[in-house]
Amino acid sequence: MPPTTGPVRPPDRARRPAHPRPGARPAGPHPAATAAGAASRRPVTGSVHSWDLSTGVDGPGTRFVAFLAGCPLSCLYCHNPDTWSLRRGTRTGADQVVAEAAKYRTFIRAAGGGATLSGGEPLLQPLFAGELLSRFKHGLGLHTALDTSGFVGARAPDSLLADTDLVLLDIKSWDRDTYRRVTGRELAPTLAFARRLADLGNEVWVRFVLVPGLTDAPDNIEGVAAFAASLGNVSRVDVLPFHKLGAAKWEALGKRFVLAGTPSPAPEQVAAARARFEAHGLYAV
Amino acid sequence: MTTQPTEVARDRGAWDRFRGGLWRDAIDVRDFIQQNYTPYTGDASFLTGPTERTEAVWRRLSALFPEERQYGVYDVDVSTPSAITAFPPGYIDKEKELIVGLQTDVPLKRAIMPGGGWRMVEAALRAYHYRPDERIKEIYTKYRKTHNDGVFDAYTPEIRACRSAGLITGLPDAYGRGRIIGDYRRVALYGVDRLIADKQQDKEHLNSQWATDEVIRDREETAEQIRALRELREMAAGYGYDIAGPAVTAREAVQWLYFGYLAAVKEQNGAAMSIGRIDAFLDIYLQRDLDRGLLTETGAQELIDDFVIKLRIVRFLRTPEYNELYSGDPTWVTWSLAGIGEDGRPLVTRTAFRALRTLYNLGPAPEPNLTVFWSPRLPEGFKSFAAKVAIDTSALQFESDELMRPKYGDDTAIACCVSAMAMGRQMQFFGARVNVAKALLYAVNGGRDENTGELVVPGFQPLTGEYLDYQQVAAAYDAMLEWLAKTYVHALNVIHYMHDKYAYERIEMALHDREVLRTMACGIAGLSVAVDSLSAIRHARVKVIRDATGLAVDYEVQGEYPAFGNNDQRADTLAEQLVHGFMAKLRRHPAYRNAVHTQSVLTITSNIVYGKKTGNTPDGRRAGTPFAPGANPVNGRDRHGYIASSLSVARISYDDAEDGISLTNTITPDALGRTEEERIGNLTGVLDGYAESNGFHMNVNVLDEAMLRDAMAHPENHPQLTIRVSGYAVNFVRLTREQQLDVINRTFHGRL
Repeated sequence: MPPTTGPVRPPDRARRPAHPRPGARPAGPHPAATAAGAASRRPVTGSVHSWDLSTGVDGPGTRFVAFLAGCPLSCLYCHNPDTWSLRRGTRTGADQVVAEAAKYRTFIRAAGGGATLSGGEPLLQPLFAGELLSRFKHGLGLHTALDTSGFVGARAPDSLLADTDLVLLDIKSWDRDTYRRVTGRELAPTLAFARRLADLGNEVWVRFVLVPGLTDAPDNIEGVAAFAASLGNVSRVDVLPFHKLGAAKWEALGKRFVLAGTPSPAPEQVAAARARFEAHGLYAV
Repeated sequence: MTTQPTEVARDRGAWDRFRGGLWRDAIDVRDFIQQNYTPYTGDASFLTGPTERTEAVWRRLSALFPEERQYGVYDVDVSTPSAITAFPPGYIDKEKELIVGLQTDVPLKRAIMPGGGWRMVEAALRAYHYRPDERIKEIYTKYRKTHNDGVFDAYTPEIRACRSAGLITGLPDAYGRGRIIGDYRRVALYGVDRLIADKQQDKEHLNSQWATDEVIRDREETAEQIRALRELREMAAGYGYDIAGPAVTAREAVQWLYFGYLAAVKEQNGAAMSIGRIDAFLDIYLQRDLDRGLLTETGAQELIDDFVIKLRIVRFLRTPEYNELYSGDPTWVTWSLAGIGEDGRPLVTRTAFRALRTLYNLGPAPEPNLTVFWSPRLPEGFKSFAAKVAIDTSALQFESDELMRPKYGDDTAIACCVSAMAMGRQMQFFGARVNVAKALLYAVNGGRDENTGELVVPGFQPLTGEYLDYQQVAAAYDAMLEWLAKTYVHALNVIHYMHDKYAYERIEMALHDREVLRTMACGIAGLSVAVDSLSAIRHARVKVIRDATGLAVDYEVQGEYPAFGNNDQRADTLAEQLVHGFMAKLRRHPAYRNAVHTQSVLTITSNIVYGKKTGNTPDGRRAGTPFAPGANPVNGRDRHGYIASSLSVARISYDDAEDGISLTNTITPDALGRTEEERIGNLTGVLDGYAESNGFHMNVNVLDEAMLRDAMAHPENHPQLTIRVSGYAVNFVRLTREQQLDVINRTFHGRL
């Protein structure tokens, strides 16, 4: 998507009840979808770290953001290490989360925006996440976004993805060794998930965190850019400069923040990284 | 009547091309605007930058600012009590100025205005190392009584006690009350002679009525208004302008209007000297000259730039104590902009854009206090530009046109920060505010002050339990607020009686209708501290810690409680009820001159002073800690971002606080979006969302902490850094260190 001209607003789509795109729905029910359907008849609960209202950082416009607890990765630059543990979250009913989001429906509809599931890794709790996305979208009429690393994307049923208007997909590196170093995990599941999203026609914003000396190798960026461009469903790339504002949280958890000595990238470095994405015809900010 | 104003207008072609008739026969500026203005629905691309002339004038003036900042004042005339014609003409650069007129004979030189009170004048002079003129002192202490003297003759001991304890603060009992907006547009549209003729008719009408107190007062006031209008004409003549008739060109229209305003600020040291809703009015004249080929866009912008330069240098001589309450030398030259008309057409004109453009052409500044009347129905081009300006300069405030228009009509303006009034038809008796957090401590302590132990409010019993019981506290608090409301309205009645008597706003009221609606604008401070305290008592356990004399001096909160600012009904309802309840209590006590009671939830920067004077509170706040500004939640207790926090504030009904509910949001640029376009779109959305949620007012600061810290360390590098604080804007570098830190410590609504 090129930068728009004229009055800038989050996309119109974000302001009216979203509807599934034709063809986005899978032909047959995903095994997990049936489970989700069954689960919706009894109270669905999940582990929630917190909720928040944000503007411009968790998808388009002003959004209700539920941070689900638990993450299979342990990224060196994570600014929310307090969301890693499922057990540290609060067991919360979907009803309660939806009721909280409902308080903002009027505001969000006027402001433009929607609801985002973030974390942690929301797909660690696919039933809960699916229930929330479905009720945000169909119950509250809000645009929905899912902020994920894609590592456990295989656990997301197609029905969940059909209720997701936008996926914020964090591709942390292209180089497999770098990916492992950054996250402690493998890259392949994320790529597979990205291809599945492309097949389903889900809109994706790719996120890439630029960390000097860690993720900033030209080939590493180039690889993510070429891959993202090949998908055809990536409407935007966020190049996020590394920052250390989360360092205190690592300390509080008694964990060592290995990147304490790493500087934030210079604006020129960030611009250069963006240019690599743009060279592939992607809209990068 | 010595002139036939309509003929004067015709002769000089003043009203050529203007449509409509009502406004020709009776003074009705709103009708003139509605008949003649051109709504503009485009974007900002037509705007032009500053001319060399504008830059030269601004440069010459800016060279004086560092000295003023260093010494607190640039200069003071100690021997000339200010009046409309007290000073000879003054100029910044006589050859270059398009719009002329200064308060004194030299830019930034301040005048004394002893009508409000001699003590204040003397204290201010001494603070800046000036020696008072003994002759003037003799006049105002021996021969001429002041407003301040009158007030203290009629105050009761209870009022004095509340005042010194800090339970009621900021009362305009020693200086001008302000918050009265003359309809300065009338000077331009009709010329002074027509206005005098109109007032003479009023006088004749009053002459035919029986001489009651009210009628005699009205007659005397009308006579004073006529005298002031004559002086206005004389003052303009000193600058070489005959303003007996209406303005003929755009330049004259700006100049005539400014002369009206200038007369007001030469005579009144008001707490807020606002200029009103003038954008669409001036636009009619600018557009006519553009259409006639008398003016180019550059020329139009230049007139507005030059006018704004004048509004930026309004100065009053005030004491350091005053500055502690209202820091940064504010004058609240509030300029109300945009909005939607009753017929649904936007009141947005090119001149609304031009006014905002001055913040680029001259750089950001706190004055004039540019106030955008926001509606989701405003044209997108204007919304985007206003959002951009707010992001770039942090110098705008936004107030809900959708809440004001139904109450006051579409020719409404803001006085000061958040006080709405219909132009020329309504005025306000400004009433400062009471500290409702401290009042809660008085309820616990049976009227004794928690800091001094002295009995300030007689006739109450202290609460004695080890833990605070919600029902008991609520009952005691209710009774305490009842007493306080009565004492407060009592004080205000005294103040405004004396202000009318000794420091009547002749010229401002000359630019009003004879029959005006008066409001008695009360106010509260410390709302979020009081609400959180009540919430703690209700939802957690609060243990009282008493000293040897039984005085409750501290509180221990056991458990968690829902805090105001999280869009949580359990706390927000307490805020709604407190504001609603106090309004009802105020209404029980008749106000001077049949004024209609209103209240505001606004502190300006006095949140710091109020906090200083208030002991430990049951919400866990430590003694002396600043309150949050205005209706803001307590710093750091709003844990779900500024939208959630704003929606808590929006729960307070405007019907219960018709004098305004102030909210200040400070956001880092990153927290609004990743590109400029995105930030503009998102802020526009946030303002729409807040208006749709019945939010009334929002200050928007888009700042990052590093910049503010750098400005503290190197003020010389940030002379124009502007931030908004509860209803007005200030130069950050002119705040005290304490206030600067308070701004920084307030929740920066950025998220990781």
